[in-house]
Amino acid sequence: MGLRQLRYTEVRELSTSLTPLPGRVGPPQPGAWERRFYPFEQLPPASLATPMVHAILIQALGRLGVAAALCAALLTSPASAQDAVPNANVAELVQALATGPDFTTKIQATQSLATTGDPRLVPILQALLDGNLYARKADKLVVIAKEQGGVLTLTDPLEDKQIGQAPAADFERATVNNRLRTVLQTALGALQLAHPDAIRRKASADALFKTPSLEMIEPLKIALTHEANAGAKRSLAIALAATELQFAATNDVRTRAVATLAVYADPNVRAYLSGRIGGIAAGAPAEEQELKAAMVIAVAEIERRLANWRILGNILQGISLGSVLMLAAIGLAITFGVMGIINMAHGEMVMLGAYTTYVVQMAFRQYLPEGLDYAVLVAIPAAFAVSGLVGIAMERGVIRFLYGRPLETLLATWGISLILQQAVRSIFGPTNMQVTSPPWMSGAIDIAGGVVVTYNRIWIVVFALLVFGGLILIQRRSFFGLQMRAVTQNRRMARSMGIRSGWVDALTFGLGSGIAGMAGVALSQIDNVSPNLGQSYIVDSFMVVVFGGVGNLWGTLVGAFGLGIVNKFLEPYAGAVLGKILVLVAIVLFIQWRPRGMFALKGRAVEV
Amino acid sequence: MTKLIHWARAAAVAVGALAGASSAGPAFAQAVQPIKVGVLHSLSGTMAISETTLKDTMLMLIDDLNKKGGLLGRPVQAVVVDPASDWPLFAEKARELLTKDKVDVVFGNWTSVSRKSVLPVFEELNGLLFYPVQYEGEESSRNVFYTGAAPNQQAIPAVEYLMGADGGSAKRFVLLGTDYVYPRTTNKILRAFLNSKGVADADIMENYTPFGHSDWQTIVTQVKQFASAGKKTAVISTINGDANVPFYKELANQGVKATDIPVVAFSVGEEELAGLDAAPLVGHLAAWNYFMSVDTPENKAFIAKWQAFIGNTKRTTNDPMEAHYIGFNMWVQAVKQAGTTNVDAVRQAMYGQKFKNLTGGVAVMNTNHHLSKPVMIGEIQKDGQFQIVWKTTGVVVGDAWSDFIPESKPLVADWTYPWVCGNCATPKYAN
Repeated sequence: MGLRQLRYTEVRELSTSLTPLPGRVGPPQPGAWERRFYPFEQLPPASLATPMVHAILIQALGRLGVAAALCAALLTSPASAQDAVPNANVAELVQALATGPDFTTKIQATQSLATTGDPRLVPILQALLDGNLYARKADKLVVIAKEQGGVLTLTDPLEDKQIGQAPAADFERATVNNRLRTVLQTALGALQLAHPDAIRRKASADALFKTPSLEMIEPLKIALTHEANAGAKRSLAIALAATELQFAATNDVRTRAVATLAVYADPNVRAYLSGRIGGIAAGAPAEEQELKAAMVIAVAEIERRLANWRILGNILQGISLGSVLMLAAIGLAITFGVMGIINMAHGEMVMLGAYTTYVVQMAFRQYLPEGLDYAVLVAIPAAFAVSGLVGIAMERGVIRFLYGRPLETLLATWGISLILQQAVRSIFGPTNMQVTSPPWMSGAIDIAGGVVVTYNRIWIVVFALLVFGGLILIQRRSFFGLQMRAVTQNRRMARSMGIRSGWVDALTFGLGSGIAGMAGVALSQIDNVSPNLGQSYIVDSFMVVVFGGVGNLWGTLVGAFGLGIVNKFLEPYAGAVLGKILVLVAIVLFIQWRPRGMFALKGRAVEV
Repeated sequence: MTKLIHWARAAAVAVGALAGASSAGPAFAQAVQPIKVGVLHSLSGTMAISETTLKDTMLMLIDDLNKKGGLLGRPVQAVVVDPASDWPLFAEKARELLTKDKVDVVFGNWTSVSRKSVLPVFEELNGLLFYPVQYEGEESSRNVFYTGAAPNQQAIPAVEYLMGADGGSAKRFVLLGTDYVYPRTTNKILRAFLNSKGVADADIMENYTPFGHSDWQTIVTQVKQFASAGKKTAVISTINGDANVPFYKELANQGVKATDIPVVAFSVGEEELAGLDAAPLVGHLAAWNYFMSVDTPENKAFIAKWQAFIGNTKRTTNDPMEAHYIGFNMWVQAVKQAGTTNVDAVRQAMYGQKFKNLTGGVAVMNTNHHLSKPVMIGEIQKDGQFQIVWKTTGVVVGDAWSDFIPESKPLVADWTYPWVCGNCATPKYAN
């Protein structure tokens, strides 16, 4: 305790007794240093405006040993900076980073390097973290390199100049494990607290939160005071509070840190506090016990708020699952719901759509690689066309002869589904095809309280609603929709009004199949594109249509989202397998009660 | 309806009898009967992603043997069937191979549920099966040679690694698995092992999903929630087949980093990662007895041969392929030694059979029908390869009966005297 107190107050004294240093006001001189390290002048004007501020930050960073090099870099010429750190030592440590015999050596090297504070380290450590640090097999020469097609473009790690190209086979990549990765992130975090990019600053703060150290209290405080970006500010505040909780000497500061942390409903904060609680033994002194009690209350408070967020998370996940169910089922709502055809090959229409996406993507890769990110958009109409045409062919070739005979239709379409599966298997092979997600569909939004929604799911929800809206418009507002409704409601009357019912049947079936194909485009983004893709959705699709009410598109919408949300609320308690069984049982019971589903069509609608 | 599927599949899958005498050249007289090797791997369905490669591996090994002049002066012929990831169909196809095609040996199966399904057939008809995949142990059949890892050659070392400093000193474990016998038994062993290491049941979460599960949102969220209890958490995945692809996609999209929650997988190899964007998964782990990235002359030659055979320089190799490579070559040696393909003679010749593995050591077939192999732990790299972060210094003898389950602790598997038994507690001497 005594030692900690001394060091802490020492830091405080240092930072408060600072005399203003003659800061450099003009723009940074272009040179190797500036290119590698980000001087504080480059920060947003609001954040670190005065020379005083940056002098303080430098002084504080000095606790980590960064100051010597940093001051030199900022205030004097680059040449003298190199004098500040013995080059030979740095070179030796960098050598150990790349070719050290084990991870312990590398971790020690990283930590020693971090204390030199040499700003040239940032690209080296970053390269090691990203897997871009190599050593030549022949003479162990360490280089930073970018690989492209088996050729490495080499950069000297300490001089920052390109030194030509070499075949990748001559080099060995420096190995990293998770423990070293954490150490690297912490070291980079300490070096990049003043990075001009807010995302980097936030990442730095997050890294410092994971492995707090006494030396970072002051730099964090200063960085926090001058941070303008909300996200980075939040991370800095959490990191600072965590560090203070762990290292501050006085109990007030630590209690205040707990109070600060209690505000953030964040799973990581909860994890950190729970860890600290576990670290205080039953026999600890009274003030530790008080702190423990405060932390227990804070965790309970965070947990309470996280529980609320989890409900939102479940709803969002339910909506996402619902949108997938709806996409899979909406085509069936037309072929089965409106036309009354039990189409067992519906899943294969979805599968064909997914394979069309794959083919379109391959075509883009071959002929238009720069447009690859938007291949999936082109795939939507393509999949509609392919599945739609196959659907029309199916209707004209087989199904039209079987109207009014549901059992035969079931068997015939089941046979067609097997033929389609085997055809795809013969053409593309039995293994899964890789459909890559474009960058705008990768990643996630971290809403709050640990609720994360991935972009691909968001796009699928949007897409599902658009498809639904479009379909409603076609059915209600277009001439084809009018004919469609006329034929399904009263075929003879429609025929006598001059409607070619045969063609309307074919087009309606084609529309349903085409929409299934579009669902396949969406499913290719979240599921495996394999010949079996359709089979896993056929049961769910029928479930949704029957539950929602046969012949009613709105029923499908409500049914799909309802089932999705119920499923997602059950899953955390019952597990994925049992959850699904429970939903199925519930639907069976529901159908007993309302045989025609939630939104039954009144009158003599779908009696084909 | 299932009957219908079977019929349709049986009709649709025209059995391809490939390689064989035609490619063997004129060295063999017309009258010589070929030695038949059955290949029982799913070429369709949810396991096709993993098993198709093994079928091709067998074809390559057999082709290679024929080029060298066959076995016992006879050509070797592969008999390939497709059990279509349908467990009861495995038993039907196994019976067909042994009774109709009269194969001398069968190489096949991936999932334990399929192995359990064919086991009675092989025991009844005294066939010989080489099973190339890591599995849950708790079994030693007289008719099966297990060339994949037993739990003590994969699962236990991997968990020990996670609990060590380099693995992040994990204190809390999530056991995710596909819902069938391998994950459930492995997790039973792991739970007993973790308990013996002082990990409380409250710090272990088990979760099972069906084959081909694709909506991982809830489970990944649950894992993150479980991990926020203040102790370092790691995930042990026994997820099998193509459900891995959406699982890893969800992990990547939700930003689960290996430095926060490492995932160590027992059924994900180079082949499963081949189609994925591995960049967000860097640092997640897998435990195997072989990795493609191992730098030995034997491995380089094997990879070159495989890529030439398949005609694609991007194709990967993986652990079960090495298991087939070792198993097939051991069988060839045993047949040569016995001078016949008779199952009982070959079985006796198998014991103590040695063959160079691809990672620079020697694999030995033990009398409990399990191999001695090295254990390695690899981290996923951005190119979809694994970088070895830990390996055993020597080889580990496969243990059929886990010491961590009380019921199986006293059991011994040894098919030589005085045991001659796959699950006995006391030896018996012939008198």
